Amino acid sequence: MSNSPIDQAIRQAGRIVLGKERQIRLALVCLLARGHLLIEDLPGVGKTILAHVLARLLGLNFHRIQCTADMLPADIIGVSIYDRNSGGFQFHPGPIFAQVILVDEINRAMPKSQSALLEAMEEHQVTCEGETRPLPEPFFVIATQNPSHQIGTFPLPESQLDRFLMRIEMGYPDQAAERELLAGADRRDMMASLSPSMDPGELLELQQSVTEVHASEALIAYVQALAEHTRRSPDYDAGLSPRAALALLRAARAWALIDHRDLVLPEDIQAVLPAIAGHRLRPSSGMQTASSAEIAAALIAAVPLP
Amino acid sequence: MASKPAPPLTRTQELWLLACAVLTLVPAIQPAPPWLAAALILALAWRAWLWWRRATLPPRWLLNLLVVAGSVGVFLTYRHLFGKDPGIALLILFLALKLLEMRRPRDGLAVIFLCYFLLLTHFLNAQGMEVAGLALAALVVITSALASLAHAGSGVLAQLRLAVLMLAQALPFMLVLFLLFPRVQGPLWGMPVDAYSGMTGLSESMSPGDISRLIQSGEIAFRVRFEGQIPPQPSLYWRGPVLGNFDGRSWRASLAREKVGLPDTATSQPVGYEITLEPHNKTWLFALEIPASLPAGASLSREYLIQARAPVRSRLRYAMQSSPGAGHDPGESAVSLRRYLSLPPNNPRTQALAQQWRREATDPEAVIRRMLEHFRQESFFYTLTPPLLGENSIDEFLFGTRRGFCEHYASAFTFTLRAAGIPARVVTGYQGGQRNPVDGYLIVRQSDAHAWAEAWLEGRGWVRVDPTAAIAPSRIEAGLASAMPASEALPFMVRADFSWLRQLRFRWEAVGNAWNQWVLGYDPQRQREVLSRLGMREPDWQAMAAAMATLCGLLLLALTAWALRKRIRLDPTQRAWNRLSRKLGRIGLARRPWEGPADYARRVAQARPELAQSIQAIAGLYVDLRYGKLNGDAPSQRLRGLVSGLDIAVSK
Repeated sequence: MSNSPIDQAIRQAGRIVLGKERQIRLALVCLLARGHLLIEDLPGVGKTILAHVLARLLGLNFHRIQCTADMLPADIIGVSIYDRNSGGFQFHPGPIFAQVILVDEINRAMPKSQSALLEAMEEHQVTCEGETRPLPEPFFVIATQNPSHQIGTFPLPESQLDRFLMRIEMGYPDQAAERELLAGADRRDMMASLSPSMDPGELLELQQSVTEVHASEALIAYVQALAEHTRRSPDYDAGLSPRAALALLRAARAWALIDHRDLVLPEDIQAVLPAIAGHRLRPSSGMQTASSAEIAAALIAAVPLP
Repeated sequence: MASKPAPPLTRTQELWLLACAVLTLVPAIQPAPPWLAAALILALAWRAWLWWRRATLPPRWLLNLLVVAGSVGVFLTYRHLFGKDPGIALLILFLALKLLEMRRPRDGLAVIFLCYFLLLTHFLNAQGMEVAGLALAALVVITSALASLAHAGSGVLAQLRLAVLMLAQALPFMLVLFLLFPRVQGPLWGMPVDAYSGMTGLSESMSPGDISRLIQSGEIAFRVRFEGQIPPQPSLYWRGPVLGNFDGRSWRASLAREKVGLPDTATSQPVGYEITLEPHNKTWLFALEIPASLPAGASLSREYLIQARAPVRSRLRYAMQSSPGAGHDPGESAVSLRRYLSLPPNNPRTQALAQQWRREATDPEAVIRRMLEHFRQESFFYTLTPPLLGENSIDEFLFGTRRGFCEHYASAFTFTLRAAGIPARVVTGYQGGQRNPVDGYLIVRQSDAHAWAEAWLEGRGWVRVDPTAAIAPSRIEAGLASAMPASEALPFMVRADFSWLRQLRFRWEAVGNAWNQWVLGYDPQRQREVLSRLGMREPDWQAMAAAMATLCGLLLLALTAWALRKRIRLDPTQRAWNRLSRKLGRIGLARRPWEGPADYARRVAQARPELAQSIQAIAGLYVDLRYGKLNGDAPSQRLRGLVSGLDIAVSK
């Protein structure tokens, strides 16, 4: 195994978040592709740990926002408070001013707050009292939502879901991983011992090199064929948008990069497809309950390589 | 997925199915028995209402009841359940009821197949252009409904587009099969039909008022295409039944059907033409006087009436030659002439007048001249609405009413000649015709029906004398419209005003004629004509079948090439890669269509470790060529070489 900073990061993270190498890789890919990540799963499967570990390994500072129904946009962005000493208003930045942000249970926040958050994600800046403030670079949001208890929540509409580059599911650990987890030390103590694999400068460089990974014409034709199929086929109520196709290509480039390749293969597309297409495709009647993986598998099998 | 019940039909699908049922059933309403037509309209309206209100469909027991009731109704109407008409009636009934239990795509398919089949049955009743047009529209809608069942999610326009595309692809095949499929003699949709009662046309008898009633019909009797110029209007006498027996009121054709040979017409120039005769359920064929040739299978009677072997029950096309000015003498004997002198013992005043004229005249021709003079000078009127005549119709007409149409004049004239001792008879037929400026055909309608007289003159044979020409010369020269006084209500089609309407009608009839000539009248003879024009001389059925198969094959190839046009443009790299898959396919390791090169190489290497090295090399090179920046002929050639060199042991 090679010893690039990325491999080191993946290895170290794998020691804490057990049996979830695929999810770790996808999260990294999402970060390298400058996207944001939505994790949809039950509580207690390691969402927070994953976010925390990533921030630590990449040497980024980390904030956590626990969403509630009464949370206001100001609770996320920050407020200006009158300062008697200086005689002016002083801006107190909210938790969004960090490089890695974990937004817990985003579907509990009311739409107004959700929208403020998503806007910040899109623009990489916040506007408060007429003043625009840039957010730190790199800026990476990991949001979680709990799919099972939908009462008293505000599910993200499709247009908002599209703001997340990827949506992944954690899933329960397998038996071996769970035994190790139960037998091992406390995860939080382990996390304290982690040392960053790279500094933010290196990360920004990596983000830059993602865009330089070569995607040949044949590969772009494949992405097009996939998107075209979802638009024409009666199996989907709505097909993949051009933005989704772009996201697919960007994520596949990042996937190729962490695989140490300077060219994108159809396999890269297929690897990231469930995370990219799962929350963007709406299958028609028969497959409504299918998981992201099932939807992606059906799509892959339906489109031959051009 | 297979175990789940199929999803119910969407509203769009239901609407498509409803539309195709309506389009299919509309032409069936008219020929169906009235109770069935009413039930049909009710059922369709009911189903449409259910669709509109999104109401639930009627329960099964009610439908079963309706099926039984409908079947009993069909049985009571036709007295049996087999054969064409009851069969169609049952199909109509089942389609209407199927609509009422249409829930799932399965039911939709049943409706669609019923519609396709019912569409064919329309042609058993009528084969006109409008039926074909309606069938085509229905075909598009039915196919769209089929497309909507297959692609539930796509839009209405996309479904319509797919249907039209599919039908467009079928079109060349249809043309090839139509042109080349070996034809049998007789109409394409020939069915034993029993009802010909409604047909209008001339008959074997003529009473006063018959022809003036007939000319109210604008229906076409026949169409004529002349080889050269159309002869002048006054010489266009289309000969029909010859009536020799008179009972004082009606003229009847003699029953003798003696055959004679063609008259000697060497002295005059024959006119060539082709007649397309509308079915009239009689055996005679119309032709210009005097026929100089006979259509195949027809014979000529002593009265120069052309007789076909069987009543004309489908549109008939035949080529003819006639000599309008020829002599007219089949060689009558004294015995046969006596028939044309016999008179019923009535109409005494006319008989007396005729005998007086005969005594005063020097020869028979003088009597004819005197009679025509009489018509011209006394106040006789030519009218479509003559007064009714009683038992002594000739007396009443000549000395009383003096108002009549051509049959009155022909009848009175013939009677008078006979009374004067000159053999004479009435000839019915058509006079004139109207040239359709659109396609140049001469159209002869029922409104051109006419009756005239023939007299036997010693030494000259039968001579045509048209008394109508004496009363109203313009009837013969320019047609009925100009011969009638302005106050008469003319039949619509002969009126001179509404010229644009007539133009439109001409155009429509020209299209209808083209349809008759080229689609319905596409018989073995026409087929030979067309094929010889296309370069196939004297084709037999084997040659036609071979040509048909070849053309269909070529069409299929063209369509396949069209569908595969993307695949043909494969670059050598891709071809080599596909070849590898075919090669490995022999040991069950063909590439799956969606499988990427790295995955494929891994799978092959796992299954056949001895191939691992070469497969990795091939896949690596392929990846660089196809997904990397490597290009050029040399690496591509190397890839081909590697694939060719790959040695696969078939058995492990």
